[in-house]
Amino acid sequence: MNELSATLLPCALWTYLAGMVGAVLFQRAERLANGIGFGLGAVGGFCGILAFATALATGAAAVNQSFDLFPSLIPYVRFSIRADALGCFFGLMVSLLAVAISIYSLGYARGYYGHKNVGVLAAFFNLLLLATTLVFLADNAFFFLVVWEIMAFCGYALVSFEHEKEESRSAGVLFFIMSHLGTGCLILGFLLLFQASGSHGFDSFHALGDQMPEGRRNLVFLLFLFGFGIKAGMIPLHIWLPAAHPVAPSNVSAFMSGVLIKTGIYGITRVCFDFLGSPPNWWGVTVLALGTVSAVLGVLYALMEHDLKRLLAYHSIENIGIILMGLGASLMFLHSGHPVLASLALIAGLYHTLNHASFKALLFLGAGAVLHATHTRNMEELGGLAKRMRWTALFFLVGAVAISALPPLNGFVSEWLTYQSLLQGFGTTPSLIRLMFPLSGAMLALTGALAAACFVKAFGITFLAQPRSDHARHAHEASWPLLGGQAILTAACVFLGLFPTAFLKLLDPVTQQLTGRQLSAQLSAAGGLALSSGTAQGGMVSTPGITLMLLGLLPLPLVLWLVFARKARTRPGPTWDCGLRGLTPQMEYTATGFSKPLRMIFKALFRPRREVQREYDFSPYYARTIRFESHVEEMFQTRVYRPFNLAVLRLSRRLRALQAGSLQAYLIYIFITLLLLLLFAL
Amino acid sequence: MNLNPLAIALQTALLLLLAPLVSGLIRNWKAKLQNRRGPRIWQPYSDLLKFLRKDMVIPEHASWVFGFAPYVVFLSALLAGLMIPMLTAQAPLSLFGGVLAVVGLLALGRFFLALGGLDAGSAFGGMGSSREMTISALAEPAMMLAIFTVAIGVGSTDLSRMVQAGQGPVWKLFNPTHAMAFVALFLVLLAETGRIPVDNPATHLELTMIHEAMLLEYSGRYLALMEWGASLKQLVLMTLLANVFLPVGIAPDTSPAALGVSALALAAKLLVLAAEVVLVETTNAKLRLFRVPDLLGVAFILATLALLSTFFFG
Repeated sequence: MNELSATLLPCALWTYLAGMVGAVLFQRAERLANGIGFGLGAVGGFCGILAFATALATGAAAVNQSFDLFPSLIPYVRFSIRADALGCFFGLMVSLLAVAISIYSLGYARGYYGHKNVGVLAAFFNLLLLATTLVFLADNAFFFLVVWEIMAFCGYALVSFEHEKEESRSAGVLFFIMSHLGTGCLILGFLLLFQASGSHGFDSFHALGDQMPEGRRNLVFLLFLFGFGIKAGMIPLHIWLPAAHPVAPSNVSAFMSGVLIKTGIYGITRVCFDFLGSPPNWWGVTVLALGTVSAVLGVLYALMEHDLKRLLAYHSIENIGIILMGLGASLMFLHSGHPVLASLALIAGLYHTLNHASFKALLFLGAGAVLHATHTRNMEELGGLAKRMRWTALFFLVGAVAISALPPLNGFVSEWLTYQSLLQGFGTTPSLIRLMFPLSGAMLALTGALAAACFVKAFGITFLAQPRSDHARHAHEASWPLLGGQAILTAACVFLGLFPTAFLKLLDPVTQQLTGRQLSAQLSAAGGLALSSGTAQGGMVSTPGITLMLLGLLPLPLVLWLVFARKARTRPGPTWDCGLRGLTPQMEYTATGFSKPLRMIFKALFRPRREVQREYDFSPYYARTIRFESHVEEMFQTRVYRPFNLAVLRLSRRLRALQAGSLQAYLIYIFITLLLLLLFAL
Repeated sequence: MNLNPLAIALQTALLLLLAPLVSGLIRNWKAKLQNRRGPRIWQPYSDLLKFLRKDMVIPEHASWVFGFAPYVVFLSALLAGLMIPMLTAQAPLSLFGGVLAVVGLLALGRFFLALGGLDAGSAFGGMGSSREMTISALAEPAMMLAIFTVAIGVGSTDLSRMVQAGQGPVWKLFNPTHAMAFVALFLVLLAETGRIPVDNPATHLELTMIHEAMLLEYSGRYLALMEWGASLKQLVLMTLLANVFLPVGIAPDTSPAALGVSALALAAKLLVLAAEVVLVETTNAKLRLFRVPDLLGVAFILATLALLSTFFFG
């Protein structure tokens, strides 16, 4: 670690802490608490960006030592952190989002003045920033689990911040339960690692898997995949995600979708690439398959949503899937002995992690601004906001183009890298398993196209045409901190899209640490203006070139205007209304209607159900009121989790007989237990 | 990056001039085959000129997206065209990206086309956007898989490499892998360009329109850009199909003789493809919307089979 980072990093951590303390101390004066809490959050994030970026840029992160944050009084327990390359990369992501979201929150929290405690919100937010940063830096299993739990607890507190709503409370509890299920697995996993190494320092775990017995090693892999998979929202462990992310305050949703779920990705990367040694083939196959399923199902469920924030939450599942595709492919290449390809796939996954953080946080902030202005998340009540909230609409559109993997923005770049690694994967093995690569690629194409459909819907129904309710009609542009936060992330999306070769240099230390290769020079072509697939003939793409050329061709239609259309005039006119008396918002296409074809095509999955009730006086054709209800089945909820819940409840009901309330019976239980234990000890 | 401005200018001109001709040709031949007289081949040019000169009416509910969309649709299709090899094996802008970028650019155009359809606030536009996005989502995996099959054989997503790999004896191109991938991509072409089993380019019946429904509120020069963009996209996809699967006669260098041969070869290939489209359009009825997934499913399965067959013939 170089000197600058070494001073700035503790600076960032202490600033978060100060922000937390300050926000709690001044909670009576909400303006002050807001300013101090989120202001310091932004400052801390800024320090963090500088610290992590310089560490990665100088490559000094590779030489890192662990140092204690503060001396511990308990033996064996050390609060040590170490900023290695992987940690720095994820730390950079937290810091970027910390800056943007904190600035946004300065404005967003004003909406809570007078009826909610802003100080508590800011305090928990800062604690969350601190804990998440430490998750990526913790250098031993004990400390990792401590900050992991603090992070989960802050998440719970923030999800149920609006606790007067039933929805928020139950989502918070679900989040808490699922999170602890995951933590349980992590504890078991770490215990197994501890047993093998005799220490719980992360450096003692390095490549430990190679010395462990095969069965034990696979068990550790599965435990961690399950534990971190829950946090990442991987299907089928995702059910808490679409429940928790939408009900949290929007700034928190942005952070949760942007960073919190990435702690799962971090964990999987850390364990699979650092701890467990050379992976057997089925690990990679499993991760790739789970990624593909998550991507496709995530986007399909997203399409069925008309709650703007729930829609975005399902897209997080999709993008986690895309990230896992990169990681899974990378594991498979490591197994087959192709370190360069493994690095390429790893870069694709990690780059998508950062890209998803920037565009998903941007979209959540946009959704928050819409919610702030209209007080509804229901897309069916929105519309026409592009005229009323020009800047928010523009930022949301940039995010939508980025997440739909369209050139020239960042989503396209990382999916391009994923495609390239999958295509080149075909040649790495002669067995039939290689068909997985192109088929996953095809599923990635399906995912991308469905995501585009979904964001045409999300942007089109929310921002275009006529407003569908009074809420939307009276919407106004968001205040400047809200726009500022979005502008920062928009700039990040554009930068990461247009200058990937400049950014990939920062990933060099990461791949050096995990796969022993540095690829940024190989991936850069045409003097850094184009991104190459790494092999001599694989192919390349130049997002700056595409952008310049789109702008360069723009004069062409303008010349045509000058030559042919000089006399043509432009005037506004009504939209064709089939001769009726004016078009009303009720005649517009709805979000539900927009996704109807896909709902019908994939009806085996969705099992759509609808109910129409008409009340009429003399003929059903002249109804007084029509009530329409439409449902889509969440397959995992009804087929997996509900039966499981019922089984647990049934079992508990049986066991209840044991607890009859009679003291004598309890004494007998104790006696029998004692007897059994004695026998066991003998 | 060394770009050749002359090559860019020439291919731009070729694309812009050829695209309406192909549309006109298909329309004319289709009419002939159906015992109608039909419009002249040159009709699309006159249409474009007329649209360019006309006044424009912008729907009053529309936002800035409505006016932004035609530019994106037109420019993205044009740029995609500059990235595929038409006459020379090396496309003028092949350095900017291979087949993935071409597909991405077409998707970008479609994204804004669909937004433009929604922006006017009429139900027709929304319906068109919804159907367009649905169909394209189903076509995308089949298209990618067919492209992957070729790309894997060549080991590159670079289009000029894909074209160069196809040089050599012609009979080598006629293998089952190629044939199945070709048919898959042809079905995708029908869906993507709004041809008859999927969409009817001649219809003006509101409930069956897809592409037309999205353009309903456009007029004047924006309509010209949209129509031109659509025919450009059609030309791009047809050229892609022709030159990737049958790169016969394509010019290895820029000598006038080679370019002449290449132009003739391209014309012949496009004529054959156009004839195929005409045949399909005339001998088939439009499918019900919910039967379209079956057609695209067939395309996907064919592409998968093509991929599988590389084990036996590859």
